[in-house]
Amino acid sequence: MSSAMESDLIHQSAATLAQAIAEGEVSSREVTQAHLDRIAAVDDRVHAFLYVDTEGALAAAEAVDSRRAAGEELGPLAGVPLALKDVLAMKGVPTTCGSRILEGWRPPYDATVVERLRAADVVILGKTNMDEFAMGSSTEHSAYGPTHNPWDLDRIPGGSGGGSAAAVAAFEAPLAIGTDTGGSIRQPAAVTGTVGVKPTYGGVSRFGLVALASSLDQAGPCTRTVMDAALLHAAIGGHDPRDSTSIPDAMPDVVAAAQQADVRGMRIGLVRELSGEGYQAGVEQRFREAVHVLEHLGAEVVEVSCPIFDYALGAYYLILPSECSSNLARFDGMRYGLRVGDDGERSVEEVMSLTREAGFGAEVKRRIMLGTYALSSGYYDAYYGQAQKVRTLIQRDFDAAFAQCDVLVSPTAPTTAFKLGEKVDDPLAMYLNDVATIPVNLAGNCAMSLPVGLAPEDSLPVGLQIMAPAMADDRLYRVGSALEGALQDRWGHLLIEEAPAL
Amino acid sequence: MSAITRGEVAHLARLARLALEESELDHYAEQLDVILTSVARVSEVAADDIPPTSHPLPLVNVMREDVARPGLTREAALAAAPAVEDDRFRVPRILDGDDE
Repeated sequence: MSSAMESDLIHQSAATLAQAIAEGEVSSREVTQAHLDRIAAVDDRVHAFLYVDTEGALAAAEAVDSRRAAGEELGPLAGVPLALKDVLAMKGVPTTCGSRILEGWRPPYDATVVERLRAADVVILGKTNMDEFAMGSSTEHSAYGPTHNPWDLDRIPGGSGGGSAAAVAAFEAPLAIGTDTGGSIRQPAAVTGTVGVKPTYGGVSRFGLVALASSLDQAGPCTRTVMDAALLHAAIGGHDPRDSTSIPDAMPDVVAAAQQADVRGMRIGLVRELSGEGYQAGVEQRFREAVHVLEHLGAEVVEVSCPIFDYALGAYYLILPSECSSNLARFDGMRYGLRVGDDGERSVEEVMSLTREAGFGAEVKRRIMLGTYALSSGYYDAYYGQAQKVRTLIQRDFDAAFAQCDVLVSPTAPTTAFKLGEKVDDPLAMYLNDVATIPVNLAGNCAMSLPVGLAPEDSLPVGLQIMAPAMADDRLYRVGSALEGALQDRWGHLLIEEAPAL
Repeated sequence: MSAITRGEVAHLARLARLALEESELDHYAEQLDVILTSVARVSEVAADDIPPTSHPLPLVNVMREDVARPGLTREAALAAAPAVEDDRFRVPRILDGDDE
């Protein structure tokens, strides 16, 4: 390892750090301490973290170092620090989901994702900020205050996983875990100039992931490079008997696909419905340029139409609130979390209602009431039932498109990062941020966002979304790493290195 | 015509166990109305003969071996409870005064 790297551990990729640790050029403790120091230096301004587990992280790092010293064979991410979205249960460490209702809760068990990270010797630095129970696209709906975009601290880092994306973009961690129900990994990746992947539904266990919408939620990697995302995806993915929706088949080799980085002969479809009205000019410009790069690399680009995508946002905002109103019924103030108004006189119903009124924020209440409405007798067929049929038609649109193309592409988000406060009390304007990411969640297939440049009008990052069929996650990495490599050749560096110093 | 009234919001809040303040009702009625009017567009899609999808994966009857595994200890289960009495969760009264 060069001396330049030693003085600059936080700017290295996870793959580089893991290799340096494995070869004994640097210890995991040094790498971990460098990231803890970075958090201490910048997180008062970024606010990516809700909790930093300094002792736990250093202990985990030292354990890796001593096992390496004892000659043990270690995994490809051993000793590398990671930031964990606060929606995943981690034993003994506060897990709030960005909500007052869970303030101070310390789970008595680990999520499967956390178990697998520990088994891979990944060092968990702490828990990242998020929109409350993952409902939002800006991280402004966190009960603990917003996260700030490292590219411009007055702007949103995306959501719901703004904390995880900002932690990676601000060099507070090379790896983070996000969860994506309607775009909560990909949209933050797009607006922070980082890489984010929503795996195929069922590809990563949901055991220990606090549920928002069970048929849509999926955890995945947030990183600065496509290869790091592949390594993290491989570490957390695979069958888990504790999640009945976990796919029993072997998952595709995403690391080999990232190494392959070759799009020659691939057919790439441009989705006509995911462009035009509502898309910022600079976003469309950088997107089109990136598509030309893919063509230049040997891919064949064709236009495809998915007409039902125009109804995806409507279907999503009926299905998601319906599932969320049911899932969040568990927060009743009886077994864990906040309890309000228990004066010995009030009934359990009154205490529940007072607790939920005090413990939930505005967006959570809106969606619970929407879901309660959509599931009410008299409205069920027109709203929830119809949305489920539209969901079938969206799957059929994808099937038809993937019959012609290996992958589909679109801008990840219609705009670059907007100002904090701009849309916080305009729910519909906020929902439109996810217009391009939602179809994949409804259909259950997989997608990646990676940075393709800065919009000329505001010098903020633009993300390109790659969508692949279910269980073809390897194609995301094959296309993503080819495009990343070509752009890096052109720029001489990764886009994230253009982010202003904090 | 609005899709949802203030009275309906109050009813939904009761069903969802949310003790909304009076002042919140108007605000939510207005916002839910905008959202519902927008999402109601799904009704434009002709889908009478289309089967509904509740879940993206076609997995059915997922089973695992019926093997005993350790669960949470009583201490661990009660550790985060808002109120505990005699090694149990203590909850507010569950019956109305008339029923007691």
